[in-house]
Amino acid sequence: MNRLSLSATWAPALAAVVATPALAQELRLQCYSDGNECEVTGDIAKRFEAANAGAKIVIDKVPYKAVVEQLPVQLAAGEGPDIARVTDLGGLNKYYLDLTPHLSPARQKAWTTNFASTLPWFRAGPADKGIYGLMSQLTVTGAYVNKTLFEQANVPMPGDKATWDQWMAAADKVAKATKTPFAMAMDRSGHRFAPLAVAYGAKIFDSKGMPVIDAGYQTAVKKFVDWHKAGLMPKEVWGGVGGSQYRDAFEEFANGRVVMYYSGSWQVKRMDNQVTKAFHWTVVPAPCGPAACTAMPGGAAFVALKRTKQPALAAKFLDFLAQDANYKELMARTDNIPASLAVAKAGVPYKVSALAGTALDSFVADVPKIAKPNYDLQGYRFNRAVFLPTAQRVGQAVAGEMSADDALKRLATDIDEQVKAASK
Amino acid sequence: MQVNRSTPWFFLTPNLVIFGVFTFLPIAINFYYAFTGGVQLYPRDRPFVGFENLATLLDCGNYLDPSTCRRDLFWRAVWNTAKYALFQVSLMVLFSLITALVLNRKIIGRGFWRGVYFYPVLLSPVVVALIWKWILQRDGLLNAAMVAAGNQPVLWLAEAGPAFFWVVFVSIWAHMGFYTLILLAGLQAIPADLYEAAQLDRASPWRTLVRVTLPLLMPNLLVVLVLAAIRAVQTFDEVFVLTGGGPGSATTFVVQFIYQTGFQEQVRLYGLAAAGSLLLAVALIVLTLVQLRATRAGSAGEKTR
Repeated sequence: MNRLSLSATWAPALAAVVATPALAQELRLQCYSDGNECEVTGDIAKRFEAANAGAKIVIDKVPYKAVVEQLPVQLAAGEGPDIARVTDLGGLNKYYLDLTPHLSPARQKAWTTNFASTLPWFRAGPADKGIYGLMSQLTVTGAYVNKTLFEQANVPMPGDKATWDQWMAAADKVAKATKTPFAMAMDRSGHRFAPLAVAYGAKIFDSKGMPVIDAGYQTAVKKFVDWHKAGLMPKEVWGGVGGSQYRDAFEEFANGRVVMYYSGSWQVKRMDNQVTKAFHWTVVPAPCGPAACTAMPGGAAFVALKRTKQPALAAKFLDFLAQDANYKELMARTDNIPASLAVAKAGVPYKVSALAGTALDSFVADVPKIAKPNYDLQGYRFNRAVFLPTAQRVGQAVAGEMSADDALKRLATDIDEQVKAASK
Repeated sequence: MQVNRSTPWFFLTPNLVIFGVFTFLPIAINFYYAFTGGVQLYPRDRPFVGFENLATLLDCGNYLDPSTCRRDLFWRAVWNTAKYALFQVSLMVLFSLITALVLNRKIIGRGFWRGVYFYPVLLSPVVVALIWKWILQRDGLLNAAMVAAGNQPVLWLAEAGPAFFWVVFVSIWAHMGFYTLILLAGLQAIPADLYEAAQLDRASPWRTLVRVTLPLLMPNLLVVLVLAAIRAVQTFDEVFVLTGGGPGSATTFVVQFIYQTGFQEQVRLYGLAAAGSLLLAVALIVLTLVQLRATRAGSAGEKTR
């Protein structure tokens, strides 16, 4: 082999070796999963990699606790992934990469049109017009009901405009008739509590935009504590755990220990997998109060982080996920409600059982009913400074450690102190 | 033999560096954080607030009544920790002593029983807590047994009293083997001729225990007592997994308060958490000084005997 042919043989290989590091652009995506969100995102990422030579998306699957407790500390220390799936949408705003400069005018328009209702949740304030995140999951809270128990008890299900009290009374009748231990359970979370509070008149914010524990919130807390005292709700969910820790009541519902379970749309897949075989369950319209029939929006989102060394690629990947076909696939395969208006309008081809399909429809039907205070609270930067002390203090009242009145006083102080400290 | 003066430093330096970086530096940073406020992570971004954080924690109408305190959860945690340390340490030392005395006798299968008592020590605290959670939860093994026996299920972890009892019980179950081992070593170090002399003097078993065994075991008992007390004050992982600090705040201890304040809330009050750590450190220093004093008194007593 002569020198020329040697060069000809080795040159492309050498070029590949030298060129690879220059071309390889790796993005690390920190992902927590409620079901199969990370896996589906990984599948779509593979297509992105195929379409973008040299791009590599590494998905680091982590527990939810890591996203809530460790990611903010990592980010504050200047560390962390390139992209993360987060739920504290407004609270982490200062770490987000604004995608706007990396999007074409047409794509900017697509984002602002399709995600008009959720983009403000990521922003620092009304003056901020940035595009920061893609809702990978729009969630709506709602009530699951064990329809089989209602049928066995021969108790009619309350109608569309039924109040929380009416639901509680009906569920109690069913519980007594079927010897079910409890009428209702609610996840231990201030987020889940918020629709009950707003239904009973809570405004959540005062005229200056600061969170406030008003008469509506107080009524809801007292009612909630009384329901526990009356044995209508299982004490161990809210009262059995300490601090502001989250605890869901899915097992109580799945094991037939409660007639009604207040949680959210993210439980549909789990419900379908674990409960459908056991009994007939359904999602009912948002329970009402004197002020509103409302639910709480929420969800998780992919955000690119400022610290990334590949801002253009991170933006490009999120934009790829946001494209209608990919977004529709993400929603359909994860059984989630789309935040994109275009995808919602076109419909999502869910491959779920009839029960799960009806449940998803019920959640979607609740979206227009969501009251303004619930939307505002979801978009509030320090919403967890309202949610977490609610779980803590109401939990203490449910456990019998303090009265509902004392819990409310402490709750107001906690929120006030946290918001002031955060503003320092 | 001539020893180069720098030789000890050569061997000490690696450890000093590790201690410096992972122990002394964090202590210094903790001090800094305790006297600064805000929610910023970087020390340079944090405003100096002097004693404000300590004052906030110590702001109390009546220290015996946490509901009169500005940070009621801190004082609930303090009293829970004190109550826990009192019960857990005293009961654990007592049971460890009894177990060590039994295991020191010539019983059938002595090696096996020693292994049985030591086995829980090998388990991770999280595993211990999860095992007991499965036993004690509403649909757990204990309630299944109770229902099978015709009784009503009991909320072992959702009522303050039972939850506290089980937290103490599980902790004793998990750690007793370690302290039993220390006491067993102490018992085996007591010369047999002392017991023979006691027998010749027709001393009763009780008198032998009180006048021979316990005085000679005192150094080991002191070590066990202080180690157990320090560990009790630092308790976190087992209880956090078993009860999450609940019901309400019935099993919330000081370390959980610090963790919650510094890392679990959205608004992370690192300064307040650091101030809580300083107060915890003061409690631990006091406990250690008590140990040193008691150990010195013990050895002085031995010398004069």
